[in-house]
Amino acid sequence: MISISDLHVSYEGAEIIHGISAGFPEGKISVIMGPNGCGKSTTLRSLVRMVPEMSGTLMFDGQDLGTLTSQELARRIAYLPQSRNVPDITVERLVIHGRFPYLSYPRRYRKEDWDKVGEALEWVGLSDLRKRKMENLSGGQRQKAYLAMALAQDTEVILMDEPTTFLDIRNQFDMLDRARVLADAGKTVIMILHDFEAILHYADNVILMKDGRMLTAGSAEEVLRSAEVRKAFDVQPCFYETDDGLHCYVQP
Amino acid sequence: MQNSNSSSTGSNKRWIMLCGAAFVLVAALLSICLGAVSLTPAQLWKSLLSGPDNTAAARILWYSRLPRTAASLLAGAGLAVSGAVIQKVLANNLASPGIIGVNAGAGLAVAVCCAFGTFAAWAVAGASFLGAMAATFLVVIVARKSSASRTTVVLGGVAVTACLNAATEAIITMVPDAALASVDFRVGGFSSVNHSRLLPAAILILAGIAVILTLTNELDVLSLGDDTAQALGLRVSRIRNGMLTLAALLAGASVSFAGILGFVGLIVPHMARRIIGSESGKLIPFCALLGAGFVTACDLAARLIFAPYELPTGILMSFLGGPFFIWLLLKRKDKRP
Repeated sequence: MISISDLHVSYEGAEIIHGISAGFPEGKISVIMGPNGCGKSTTLRSLVRMVPEMSGTLMFDGQDLGTLTSQELARRIAYLPQSRNVPDITVERLVIHGRFPYLSYPRRYRKEDWDKVGEALEWVGLSDLRKRKMENLSGGQRQKAYLAMALAQDTEVILMDEPTTFLDIRNQFDMLDRARVLADAGKTVIMILHDFEAILHYADNVILMKDGRMLTAGSAEEVLRSAEVRKAFDVQPCFYETDDGLHCYVQP
Repeated sequence: MQNSNSSSTGSNKRWIMLCGAAFVLVAALLSICLGAVSLTPAQLWKSLLSGPDNTAAARILWYSRLPRTAASLLAGAGLAVSGAVIQKVLANNLASPGIIGVNAGAGLAVAVCCAFGTFAAWAVAGASFLGAMAATFLVVIVARKSSASRTTVVLGGVAVTACLNAATEAIITMVPDAALASVDFRVGGFSSVNHSRLLPAAILILAGIAVILTLTNELDVLSLGDDTAQALGLRVSRIRNGMLTLAALLAGASVSFAGILGFVGLIVPHMARRIIGSESGKLIPFCALLGAGFVTACDLAARLIFAPYELPTGILMSFLGGPFFIWLLLKRKDKRP
């Protein structure tokens, strides 16, 4: 369980996150949602200490995350940023860097590390493309390669900043299905999503933010049905039931 | 779908590396044997065994050819590795040791030295090294004060280089003798290299390359972007600044005895990347080999083309390397579907 208590984040003296407190249980998909610029990514980045000035307490299973070294933190939390480079390397070379937090002298990856790469590539379905250059992959395949790198990192927590951006609809479902499998396997998955239907279908917990503050939190249905959603986005979510459950679409 | 680009398989890369080593070996042997006075293999062997003071051939070998060949090998390796590291760290293929102030710092220091009438080789070498390092530290400090992003390093380098070049020009304008005295340094070459000037730089270059070879994974992780690198536990600013300092050490040490050979640090890493790919574990050692062989071959050609007169190596290097690089670009374009 990761918990944030009274998180404040500032950039160049201006506070942009104003005292957020929230919990992210293990084995669940937690989604942070909110309008553009509300501080979702900053909140996510604060969990891996990628913000310049922050105060508050970040606890992970009773341990203060602030006491961990960069390497220890990277062994516990994997982070997939929204925008990523397309490095001029092969898929397997990218994925092996997921083992970077475990490197020790003589600074060379060992057989166990390459075994993890094999498992991760197998899991995301890229084994056949392991020798392919990243620049020669489609957007969906690159996303899977980065997910494989995060898996090779072998952490208890995976943070994903808008993992479905730039993906076609099939790859969006594929990415979210994989996140579901990871959560069901016991990992804590925290992601930023915008699509209400996807949130309703995949999120176990939702935190709704606006202007650097948390408006509400709860199950996906509770949050999406709340008045705060209309306040945050100025839209009207509509719900309907089918045989396979509750669905949501949005009216302006 | 087949991999359509230039990435080579593991065994291919081993062959490429062996070819690189053979290139260095052949270039070094020819550089030792050929010149205004050529040494036969028998003379070479005998002179190696006899030591420096026995015959004319032995004296040529020990006092001229060996230090000169060692110098070209070391400068080539040092500048090429320095350029590869800088390009990787700044994710900028147009970067070279010059971009972090190495050339401008060394140039100013040499101009100051010459303006004060200090022309001793050791003094010029020491000044150019210290100037190169001081300029790089200035760039790194500017970058650190403003978040140490890749862009601020490049912009800081441009600003510092502009200031230092202006100072150099001012000195040269006020003391014309300084311009004449520093011509060799600005053109670059190995005609005045000797053991005592080479030894400290050689130690720095070999040690610097050895350290960089242990940090190739850090270089690759850094090239994934700051966010991804930090998420993998890399201390981005520290590694970036440390790598830039190592690159400056290599380039500064090379410049201290070879003068400014700007072409090597920019183009050799490109050539190496096109041949062996971008993975630092292969790229860095191959850059060292290619740089060493390329500079040694150019220095040899500079000695032979108009023998017994010599062309400055730096000039010949640009004449040979430019067209070769253009050919490489065109050849690669032809292969694309």
